[in-house]
Amino acid sequence: MNDTVSGLLTLAVLIGLLAAVYAPFGDYMARVFTTPSHWRIEKRIYRLIGVNPESEQTARSYTLSVLGFSLVSIIVLYLILVGQSLLPYDRGLPGMPWQMGLNTAVSFVTNTNWQSYGGESTLGFAAQAGGLAVQNFLSAAVGVAVAVALIRGFARSRSGELGNFWVDLVRGTLRILLPVAFVGAILLISQGAIQNFGDHTVHALSGGTQVIPGGPAASQESIKELGTNGGGFFNANSAHPFENPTPISNLLEMFFILVIPISLTRTLGTMVGSRKQGLSILGAMTFLIGVAVALTTWAEVGAHSQAARLAGGAMEGKETQFGTWLSSMFAVFTTGTSTGAVNASHDSFTPVGGGTVLVNMMLGEVSPGGVGAGIYGILIMAILTVFIAGLMVGRTPELLGKKIGRQEMTYVALYTLSVPAIVLVGIGAAIARSSTSGAMGNPGGHGFSEVVYAFTSAANNNGSAFGGITVTSDFFQLSLAAAMLLGRFVPIVFVLALAGSLARQGKVPVTAGTLPTHTPLFAGLLVGVILLITGLTFFPALALGPLAEALS
Amino acid sequence: MNKDFIRQSVVGLKIVVVMTVMLGVAYPAAVWGVGQVAFHDKANGQIVSQGGKDVGSAIIGQDFKVKDPEWFHGRPSATDYDGLASAPSNLGPSNPDLLKSIKQRQQEIATIEGVDVSEIPADAVTASASGLDPYISPAYAALQVDRVARERGLSVSTVKALVETYTSGRQLGFLGEPKVNVLKLNLALARQ
Repeated sequence: MNDTVSGLLTLAVLIGLLAAVYAPFGDYMARVFTTPSHWRIEKRIYRLIGVNPESEQTARSYTLSVLGFSLVSIIVLYLILVGQSLLPYDRGLPGMPWQMGLNTAVSFVTNTNWQSYGGESTLGFAAQAGGLAVQNFLSAAVGVAVAVALIRGFARSRSGELGNFWVDLVRGTLRILLPVAFVGAILLISQGAIQNFGDHTVHALSGGTQVIPGGPAASQESIKELGTNGGGFFNANSAHPFENPTPISNLLEMFFILVIPISLTRTLGTMVGSRKQGLSILGAMTFLIGVAVALTTWAEVGAHSQAARLAGGAMEGKETQFGTWLSSMFAVFTTGTSTGAVNASHDSFTPVGGGTVLVNMMLGEVSPGGVGAGIYGILIMAILTVFIAGLMVGRTPELLGKKIGRQEMTYVALYTLSVPAIVLVGIGAAIARSSTSGAMGNPGGHGFSEVVYAFTSAANNNGSAFGGITVTSDFFQLSLAAAMLLGRFVPIVFVLALAGSLARQGKVPVTAGTLPTHTPLFAGLLVGVILLITGLTFFPALALGPLAEALS
Repeated sequence: MNKDFIRQSVVGLKIVVVMTVMLGVAYPAAVWGVGQVAFHDKANGQIVSQGGKDVGSAIIGQDFKVKDPEWFHGRPSATDYDGLASAPSNLGPSNPDLLKSIKQRQQEIATIEGVDVSEIPADAVTASASGLDPYISPAYAALQVDRVARERGLSVSTVKALVETYTSGRQLGFLGEPKVNVLKLNLALARQ
């Protein structure tokens, strides 16, 4: 069998697995967020935290819950990280300096998992499992909760309420993330991912000693992919043999990365009573990610760079067993989902391969995007699409039976502008500083790309990096923390405000003048709008970075 | 600050505590329990020993340097196979330093293996993503057989057979690349 057949078969098996679980898993998630019955353990949790699970919240109250919960999460995680030497299993390591602790706490609570530290050299096991992995679950559950609140905005009619955040958070964690993560962790151990509590020093065969790192890596690895978090237990992330030991574990990890974002389109369709709507949105996502897979794989497998041509293959920063095919696929899925886990060094990708994964994030993380964040992101784009289409034919835009009026469009416009503004202001501020060129790990256009990649990744809550850049200075720790924080919560505030205003409306009946939004034509328009917005926003930055590099 | 916000934050604090116990303690402990029982060796990192001493992990690469001709060599590593510092080089695709390193490695390998630069596979001259890659391509292993046999006074066919033993094909017949486990191969050589 040659590499091409192997790569295409892998892709086919992955698509087959996702297709098999799409309907049952998507419908299961819809039931999780619509059933009136509570599990016994959930009732105990609600009693313990003092929440009445039958009460519902307005958009304002739901937003305050999200923000209050996230603020507390950041504070608790920060204290764990800077005070880890007081915890058990600290491996004798000191607490993080405050700048790094703040950056990391914000990073994991915002579902970004940007890492300015190396896991095995910086953190003890209590901080990893009891701090970071907990937020891997909870930040993902927050994303799903916000998405479900927006879907309820479409599904409900003349209602002031969007559900109960605490119920959505607990159910998303206990009914969706925890069981799948548990099974996933065991499967990963079966391939060689480690789950223990001790480092092990060995006498290397060629002389000297080597420390074989230990830790509860498998339990963190499965939720890291499933929750589209991406923060590696080890510095090398999913390239490390203890996180991603075999091609089978690599396939599993790609499946976990994609399964919730993809299946949530079914959840959307089921909850709003139009499964075709879910499919048309999935179609747009699939087209975008399909093009990205094709471009990246073409560039990496074809060795389209100076270094790759010289070496006889684009293997710098790639593992032998994954080769160019599995590294390209993983890179596209991790950047298309706001995961940010990596099984190869994106910094060493060919200009077209690395540029494509960068653009993948610039699309706003909607192909298919992070857990929850992807579906609310693309629904915003869908509203923008019906608005633009409505302007062209002179009709009031509608989506899923809701009129898109001035108020709704205001929220959509603010959402659409916020993340690109954070990215571009961040890049501008960094480039204006003379010290930034010293932080770049590579000369020329590629060094600039590293800065563009950093702020794009942070503000879009992806977390992967062109890792050559040194981001431990106060400026980068704090500016990237701000980008992650604003890039997560400013859009969430607008999404929930939009959800509230949609829920208050009644449903408008479908007429001959309604633009059907469950068709391939609409999916095509949606793709066009996403590409247009991204192109208009980021073309200048791309021209100076990856485009210049590819053409030189 | 808004009273409702403070009330919500207090609920948030309670749930973070509850969830830390469930997700941060009970969950990893349960995974640990099942892992230790069902996949004891794998959960503990597949430590291999020889002569009563632990000599490494079967899936973590070690630094067999090009200047030690009696071993099969692994891939270049950005961190010299430091177990506590996994990392790639992060050198960009047209970085002059990377181009220089690749040329230098090609020259070195061409000299010690007595082959032409064009015969050297890409994995031999590029650093891995983890810095701990336990594998090399079968092509790079084949390139080293003659030299290892000569240095160790073994027949070429013996060394070839060993390489064969520690070569694995694509998983399930189609997943990933064929690969040779360098540490296991060298351990077998040491036993000869």
